[in-house]
Amino acid sequence: MVTPLHAGLRGAAMALLCAGLLAPIAIVVIVSFSGDGYLRFPPESFSLRWYMRFLGDPRWRAALGNSLAIAAMASLLSTLLGFLAAYALVRGGLRAKRAIVSLLLMPLIVPHVITAIAVYFLSARYGLIGIKPWIAVTHSVVALPVVLVILQSALQTVDPNLERAAMVCGCTRWGVFRRVVLPLALPGAVSGALFSFLTSFDELMISLFLAGVRSETLPVRIWNSLLLEVEPTIAAVSSVLIAATVLALLADWLLRRLRAAR
Amino acid sequence: MPLGRLGALLLLAPSFALLALVFLGPILWFLWASLGELGSLAEILDEIGAVLGARAVLGAIANTNWIALIVTLLVLLIGYPVAFALARARGAAFTLILVCIVLPYFTSIIVRTYAWMVLLGRNGLINQGLAALGLPPADLLYNRAGVIIGMTYVLLPYMVLTLYAAMKAVDPRLMQAAEGMGATRLQVFLKVFLPLTLHGVAAGALIVFILGIGFFITPALMGGPRDITIAMLIEREIELTQNWPVAAMMTLVLLGVTLVLYAVYARFAEQARGAW
Repeated sequence: MVTPLHAGLRGAAMALLCAGLLAPIAIVVIVSFSGDGYLRFPPESFSLRWYMRFLGDPRWRAALGNSLAIAAMASLLSTLLGFLAAYALVRGGLRAKRAIVSLLLMPLIVPHVITAIAVYFLSARYGLIGIKPWIAVTHSVVALPVVLVILQSALQTVDPNLERAAMVCGCTRWGVFRRVVLPLALPGAVSGALFSFLTSFDELMISLFLAGVRSETLPVRIWNSLLLEVEPTIAAVSSVLIAATVLALLADWLLRRLRAAR
Repeated sequence: MPLGRLGALLLLAPSFALLALVFLGPILWFLWASLGELGSLAEILDEIGAVLGARAVLGAIANTNWIALIVTLLVLLIGYPVAFALARARGAAFTLILVCIVLPYFTSIIVRTYAWMVLLGRNGLINQGLAALGLPPADLLYNRAGVIIGMTYVLLPYMVLTLYAAMKAVDPRLMQAAEGMGATRLQVFLKVFLPLTLHGVAAGALIVFILGIGFFITPALMGGPRDITIAMLIEREIELTQNWPVAAMMTLVLLGVTLVLYAVYARFAEQARGAW
């Protein structure tokens, strides 16, 4: 029997656990607005000084710019490739589909240290350290699986009969793709672009080896300063990364609602 | 609209090219070139034996497995009830629990690690709290406890999401039937629900263990000198001494173990599919 007391207790325990999961992230955001000279919770005073220090420092600013540029390129490339691959997997009727999917998802499973040093081995030989478009290409291989998973499920909801109908009505294959598949799969593609952007924006392991001095990204910069000390500026930078995550999740949620409403 | 095999392969070609260029190709080339420096196959095997037998490497292998094992158990212990609550929740409660899992999941690993460093440090928030209560400070950072707490937090969402999928696939009528035939709630759970979600437990535990043995960022930042893992040792060989052959040997071992475990995981995940 479940008494109301039992249910209440269970609900309270669950609420506590969930709050615990969110707490570390929430605390970082709160501490980032602290006006104190060192990390203290709750802060005694509030200010934007750590954000000022973040945006006032040319190296942090450069890192933010690098991260945005690399993530934008990686997102574009992986979404494009992922879209084509997902379409082939959903509509291709390939017998080896499962093997192909496991192969394409491998970068998620293989420890990132291994991918990072292998790519570093290649890049060091060809003078590719610190080249932003190249870093974006290497990020794309980690972002591609994310796009693939999202777009495969998005394309599965597109009725193949719509494409057949367009063909029968005299549309070319390219026309079908542009006028039927693309518009119907667009919300999925935007989700894919968002999450691949986020994947690259947050990527640390590969960047650590490939960034060099020229293309330090935000996570690399956080890493480098964390090795020295746990200072409050990092709380402000972390909050910016958290805000990017929250925005991406919100945008994805809105897209899903739009799709459901259609 | 069927695409035809040729068309499908053509669309897949760019993705394969990317994978070959910055993933499979470099890994194979790195292993081949670095190990090839050592000479013939027999010499390579000899060398691998010598390197892996060294005290530091054996210690790192033991650390890696031990940490990954403890973290897997903790994640399972915390993750099962959370996934259970998520699978039963409806409406606002469901959204709330989901946000608590998904937001950390998509937050940068370095940010999540930093968050725990703020909490656990010598002058961290937990020790500030202990001091306010008049208690002695606890050593929670730059040691094994710190690594385990940090990794448990980072890997928890993988377990919860895997378990959730398995739990959603269980037909609720089976539990109603068991209850209808007079089983107590505990019996229903132990004899019906738990066995039906065990493949999810296996898949979740494997994925967490796989990710755990390859982990670098959290143990490197939160661990102490006695918590060196294989991934950290590989990074050091490259970063400090540029010793490619030794790094390649350890990579080979880590990669081999990961792929074998992944193959086992794929079998369990097959059964867990359906709810996704």
